[in-house]
Amino acid sequence: MMRQIAIYGKGGIGKSTTTQNTVAALAEAGNKVMVVGCDPKGDSTRLILHGLTQKTVLDTLRDEGEDIELEDIMRVGFGDTRCVESGGPEPGVGCAGRGIITSINLLESLGAYTPELNYVFYDVLGDVVCGGFAMPIREGKAKEIYIVASGELMALYAANNICKGIGKYAQSGDVRLGGIICNSRNVDNEHELLKAFAEELGSQLLHFLPRDNIVQRAEINKKTVIDYDQDCNQAGEYRELAGKMAENQMFVVPKPMTQDRLEELMMDYGILDSL
Amino acid sequence: MLDSTPREIIARTGAVINPAKTCQPIGAMYAALGIHRCLPHSHGSQGCCAYHRSHLTRHFREPVMASTSSFTEGASVFGGSANLKTAIKNVFTLYNPDVIAVHTTCLSETIGDDIPSIIKSAAIPPGKMVIHANTPSYQGSHVTGFSNMTKGMVNYLAEASLENKREQVNILPGFLNPGDMREIKRLTALMGVPFIMFPDTSGSLDSPMSGQFNMFPKGGARVEAIRDSGNSSLTLALGEYAASDPAYQLERKCLVPAVVLRTPIGIQATDALIMALRQHFVAEVPDEIEEERGQLVDIMTDLHYHFHGKKVAIFGDPDIVASLTEMVLSLGMKPVHLLTGTPNTSLGGAQGNFEATVTAMLEDAGLAGRVKAGGDLFELHQWIKNEPVDLLIGNTYGKYIARAEDIPLVRVGFPILDRGVHSYLPVVGYRGALRLMEMIDNALQDRVDRDARDEDLELIM
Repeated sequence: MMRQIAIYGKGGIGKSTTTQNTVAALAEAGNKVMVVGCDPKGDSTRLILHGLTQKTVLDTLRDEGEDIELEDIMRVGFGDTRCVESGGPEPGVGCAGRGIITSINLLESLGAYTPELNYVFYDVLGDVVCGGFAMPIREGKAKEIYIVASGELMALYAANNICKGIGKYAQSGDVRLGGIICNSRNVDNEHELLKAFAEELGSQLLHFLPRDNIVQRAEINKKTVIDYDQDCNQAGEYRELAGKMAENQMFVVPKPMTQDRLEELMMDYGILDSL
Repeated sequence: MLDSTPREIIARTGAVINPAKTCQPIGAMYAALGIHRCLPHSHGSQGCCAYHRSHLTRHFREPVMASTSSFTEGASVFGGSANLKTAIKNVFTLYNPDVIAVHTTCLSETIGDDIPSIIKSAAIPPGKMVIHANTPSYQGSHVTGFSNMTKGMVNYLAEASLENKREQVNILPGFLNPGDMREIKRLTALMGVPFIMFPDTSGSLDSPMSGQFNMFPKGGARVEAIRDSGNSSLTLALGEYAASDPAYQLERKCLVPAVVLRTPIGIQATDALIMALRQHFVAEVPDEIEEERGQLVDIMTDLHYHFHGKKVAIFGDPDIVASLTEMVLSLGMKPVHLLTGTPNTSLGGAQGNFEATVTAMLEDAGLAGRVKAGGDLFELHQWIKNEPVDLLIGNTYGKYIARAEDIPLVRVGFPILDRGVHSYLPVVGYRGALRLMEMIDNALQDRVDRDARDEDLELIM
């Protein structure tokens, strides 16, 4: 059965890195995976494709008109993983949200969602600024959502906001939050804070990814960690995350917090202890 | 058809039922047709343009020319810049207008296309112009769109090139039929005051059958005239909603003092127009005008008992409804329901105060009535169910209420889609008031005759 998963989180938190590394672990374990980048910057599949910046769906549409073949927009990378970048208009013009809707509709009509796929990942722009960026969780596409966060207030604030959005779509569909993934920033008490935050939302801290410079080194080499150094410690972390994701049974409608409660939580775990 | 309208009025915020307005681009397209050799251009999908053209054609019974940016899915994602530039190039090559007047649509407004910068970077042949107005349909109404396009004319064309202002008046007629614009021009000419009217759709949307198709008819305000409007010594804006905003813009840009008057429907509003011209230009009111006014007063006196105490509901565009209210009050009628679909205020558009203006008129007459801006015809129908009227005045959309409540309808305003001639003959000025009186009188007396028993059918009424 195909599982469609959307990854959300604050801009710059490491969604694309986490997604691709996790996908690499899943692919290594023999899964067929497709990654759909839903960010107008079009940099969600760089590590899997080894830096091959492929032509985005919207650039292809713009240059070649509506008569497009699937091969024009889909590339295959590490571990046979299929990669698509939706792309967007040039900065400052047009409607990027509409662009995401267009891309996903096009993928459907071109038959990109084949039955042998085990996973489809949507790597979504950090801030869900309009309906277009909610497209992956609308109309029954991605039913599982994971939010990448860290112990910084703004990351939690964004995660909490994303939960509000999920709540809206959960009422009318069956989209659910699968958990929070902590991409550590080495903030005080980060593990405990994220665990408490996830539990307060009614969800779980799916995995705590420690900070490790090997991720940066792999990135510079345009590779996922597993691809770059399959025996390193961090590769094991991503395998563990992939395993938890594969076996996850806890899918909930999140209960977002008020701003006051969120700040209270920060005080409890972050500031008081460090005093 | 409207048999299910309930009598009980429940406050609504979320929905409009049977709107009493249409969208901004229709007004902008109509205004643009009031420039000589101008092609209106709809920056949006083809459907918008096609619908707006056909709606205007159905009202004026004239061909309405306009081009479109032809948005598709691609344009909505990437923005409409490429489409507009191609359109400008093609339109000048194929149709060769002097001016392209671009108005936006909901879609291009939502995308956020920056029209001025697109126009600046477009290839425009020497001697040609492209002007624009932003007309998002989710603000205001067709009246706002008309006002915004008129303001666009001021922004792009009007210039104060002389040190001293000329003894001439700018007349911004507001959203009126070509027949009305003709009548206002006739009165101003009779006053002996040189004038510039823009937009001016006379000769453009009431052009005669010549046996030949002419893409750009003879009528319309000349570009040079609009340019020269910055040198006039006075602007008369006829209508708060449709004309005041461009008039104030002209005042800011070219220091031409603006005076806002009511649409000259009825004796008082026409008097105000004539007196404004007389005072500012020290002009004599000629015998012809005095005679016309005298005839109107004569008929008002002769027929006062046909009108006295009759209850009337009026809906339509705010400037028109305000003036009609004043007029029916002067006839001794009781305007009890007064409604416009145009909201009081709109972002980026004309501001007005329909409710306060009309309520003050009623208070002056010692009457109470229901007054609403931004209302809909469902609510008007409910008002009529709660307090029945003898007559309904409004556009064609009123016919369903008229049938449901069995009341006569006098068609005034925009759009009138089921009768002809209306756009050729005026409702403004003393002559227009006479014509309106005849229309109202006929409707009321026909109803009396229809309902009279045989023994009560009067020969002389």
